Amino acid sequence: MLIPMMQDLQAECGYLPPDDLRELARQLSVPLSRLYAVATFYASFRLAPKGAHEVSLCMGTVCYLKGSASISEAICREFKVAPGGTTPDRLFSFTAVNCVGACALAPVMVVDGKYCDGVTPESALEILHGLTAENAEAAEEKTKLKISASSADSAVKQTPPKEAAR
Amino acid sequence: MIDALAKFASIADFESFARSLRSQVKTATRSIRLCMGTGCQAKGAARLYELFEEAVKQSGQTGNIEVKCTGCHGLCQRSPLVVVDPAGIFYQQVEEPDVAEIFRETVLGGRVVPRLLYQDPQTGKKLEGAEEIPFYKVQQRIVLSQNGRIDPTKITDYIAEGGYSALVKVLTSMTPEEVIEEVEVAGLRGRGGGGFPTARKWRSCRSAEGSPKYVIGNGDEGDPGAYMDRSLMEGNPHSVIEGMLIGAYAIGSGYGYIYVRNEYPLAVKYLRTAISQAREIGLLGENILGTSFSFDIRINRGGGAFVCGESTALMASLEGRSGEPRAKYVHTVESGLWGKPTNLNNVETWATVPHIINRGGKWFAGIGTEKSKGTKIFSLVGKITNSGLVEVPMGITLRRIIYEIGGGIRDGKRFKAVQTGGPSGGCIPAEHLDARVDYEELTKLGSMMGSGGLIVMDEDTCMVNVARYFTEFLLNESCGKCTPCREGLAQMRHILQGITKGQGQAGDVQKLQDLAEILSGAALCALGTTAANPVLSTIRYFRDEYDAHILDRHCPAKECRGLFLYQIDAEACKGCGICLKNCPVDAITGERKVAHVIDQEKCTRCGTCWEKCPFTAVLKV
Repeated sequence: MLIPMMQDLQAECGYLPPDDLRELARQLSVPLSRLYAVATFYASFRLAPKGAHEVSLCMGTVCYLKGSASISEAICREFKVAPGGTTPDRLFSFTAVNCVGACALAPVMVVDGKYCDGVTPESALEILHGLTAENAEAAEEKTKLKISASSADSAVKQTPPKEAAR
Repeated sequence: MIDALAKFASIADFESFARSLRSQVKTATRSIRLCMGTGCQAKGAARLYELFEEAVKQSGQTGNIEVKCTGCHGLCQRSPLVVVDPAGIFYQQVEEPDVAEIFRETVLGGRVVPRLLYQDPQTGKKLEGAEEIPFYKVQQRIVLSQNGRIDPTKITDYIAEGGYSALVKVLTSMTPEEVIEEVEVAGLRGRGGGGFPTARKWRSCRSAEGSPKYVIGNGDEGDPGAYMDRSLMEGNPHSVIEGMLIGAYAIGSGYGYIYVRNEYPLAVKYLRTAISQAREIGLLGENILGTSFSFDIRINRGGGAFVCGESTALMASLEGRSGEPRAKYVHTVESGLWGKPTNLNNVETWATVPHIINRGGKWFAGIGTEKSKGTKIFSLVGKITNSGLVEVPMGITLRRIIYEIGGGIRDGKRFKAVQTGGPSGGCIPAEHLDARVDYEELTKLGSMMGSGGLIVMDEDTCMVNVARYFTEFLLNESCGKCTPCREGLAQMRHILQGITKGQGQAGDVQKLQDLAEILSGAALCALGTTAANPVLSTIRYFRDEYDAHILDRHCPAKECRGLFLYQIDAEACKGCGICLKNCPVDAITGERKVAHVIDQEKCTRCGTCWEKCPFTAVLKV
C-alpha cells in the first residue's frame, strides 16, 4: 500500500516533502530509494511544492488535433513556465496531461478542477491572467472543507477532489 | 435513503426488497434527468440541477417531481442535456434561463419546448425523444442502457432497474462452472483491447493452483481520445461491481481491486460510494446475502502512467512498485498479484457480464460477427459533427458509425482517416470505411480494436505528424525496462521529427520500417510490440505524404510548419493592415485598402498573419 500512502501524503502537502518521505520509508522499513523510484516513475507525484493554482492542459489526440500544442506554447511563453513546472511567482503549476477524457470539449484546460472547453491560445491566457493569489486561498479553503466532509474509506484515505495531476 | 436499508440476511429478503423497488418505478410520475457527464458539467449542468431543484421546491411539488443527476447520456456535442419523463422529452444545449420554461411548459404543463429539441440536420425536423435522434437510433445500448437513467450514487436506482438480479440468479441457480459456460456461449472477449476470450481466462484462473485468488477491474483508461471506462465508472459503478462479483464467484476469488486512473476523481468517488453501499446491504463482504460466498473490493488510484494499463505493470503498481511489465511466459492467471492466480479484465468487460447472465449467452452471441460478439462502446471524437459516447453492435461498418451516428465530418471537410485502438492502433483511410468493427478485421487493416477510441481526422490533419505525435507519446510513456522500446522509439521519433521539419532523407521510411520490425519482435510488453502501428499504418496508407515531406519538402495537409507557404489572396484582402502590423519580421508590405503581399524571402512561416486575418485572406499553399 505504498502508493496510496504517498498519494495521501501528496494530497495533504501538495507535494512529497523530503523529510516526510524519509519518515515514511523508516516507518515502512523500505529503503528511501524505493520511494524515490516510485515518486519519479509516476507522473502524478511531484517532489517540489506546487503553485497556488493547478492548471492542466490536455494533450490527448483530439485536443492535439485541435491545436493544444500552440496553447501550451503560448502559456509557456507568457508565464515563463515549462510543462511540469511552476511559474516563478508560484501562481500556478502547469502540467501537460495525456488525456483528461473529455474529448467532446477539446481542446480542454482544467483549472483547479474546473473544465474549460474549446480553449484557444488567447482564451487560455485570458483565463490564466484572471488567476490571483487571493482566489487561490478561497479555492484552498473549499478543498479543506471538502476533505473534512468526505468520509474515509476503510483503509485508504479520501483525497481532495483534485483534477488531473499528471 | 440508503441509511434506512439494513444488511440483507438472505437472498429472499433482498429479492422481495428489489421487487417492491421495481414495482414503484413503474408507477413513478414525473422526473427530470440531468446528464452529469464531464461534458455537461463543464457546460454548467450542476447549476441547472440547482435551478430545477429550486423550481420544484417553489412549485410545492416536492415528492411528486424528482430531479435526478445521472451519468453520461452520450451526445456530448450537444451538452448540457436534460430529459423530462415520463414522456422522455430530450432537450439539448440547455442554458440557465431555459430552466423556468422547461419546468413550466414540460414538467408541469406536459407541453414541448420546440426550440430546445434536437433538429435533424438532414430533414430539419425537430425530434422529441432520444430514440428518434439518428445518433441514438443506430446504436444498440446494452452496457450503457442504464447510463443516463440512474443516479450513480444510489444503489436503489440500480436495483430498481434490475441491478444485482444477475448476481441473485448466479447465487441461487448456477454453479461456478455454469457461469463460465454461459460466458463462453456468449463469446465475450476482453473489451480492453486485447480481445482474449473472457471465459477461457476465467477457467484458467479457476483451475490454477494457489490461494487466495484475485480479480481486478482495469479502469486505468490511458488511451488519449477514449473515455468509455470513465463514463461507465462514473455513470453506472454498480454494473462493474456486479460483474466482478459474478466473476469472483465463478473463479473462486474472495478479493478484488479496481484500478482507476488518477485523472478520474469522480469515478473514484462514485465507485467508493457504490462499494460502501453494496457493503452496507450485504452485497459485498462476508457471506453475501447469507450465502457462503464472500467477496470484497478495494479501489486503487493509478499514479499517472500509461503503461499501467498493461496487466503485469498494473499488478506491479498494485504491489507498490514502479509499473514495469514483465515477460508473460507465466500467465497472470497462474501467477499474478503477489504471485497468486489473478484474473484481470477491463471494467467494460465486467459491466457486460450481468447482461449476459440475465439474458443468456445465446442472446449475446446473436449480436455481432462470427468471432466478435455483442456490442462495444466507442468514444467517437475528433473532427466529427456529433462527438460522443456510442455503443454499437460488433460488425457495424466504420462508415455507419462515422456518418449515420457521428453525422459526418465537421465544417464540410473531407474525411481522411479514422484512428482506432489508441496509441497502439492505426489509421484507417477512406477506402476501408466499409470495414466492419471486428477484432480480426481491424487487425488485418494494421490497426486494432483497442479499448474503443475512434478519432476522426479530416483533410487538415498531416498523417506524418500524427505518427510523430503517437511515437512521442509512447516514448514518454515507455517504462524504459527493455531496450527496443526505450531506444527504438527514441530513434523513430528522431526520424519522424526530422521529416516533419523538412529534414527528411531518402531511406528514412525504410529505417522506420526496420525499427518497427525490431520493436514488434523484441519488445517486452504490448506497449512496445504495438508501438509502431501508427507509423506502419500511416506508411501503408499515406506513403505519398511521407514522400511529399521528404522529397518535395512539402506538407500536403499544410500542418507542418515550414513545409508550406503563406500567401495573401489579393481578392479577399481588404488591406486592413492587421497582418502587416502583427508580422514579427516585417515581411508584409502594402498600402491601406490595397491588397498586401508577403515577401517569401523574409517570411519565417510563423503563421501569425494567418491567425490574425479577420477576412481569411491569408492562405496556406
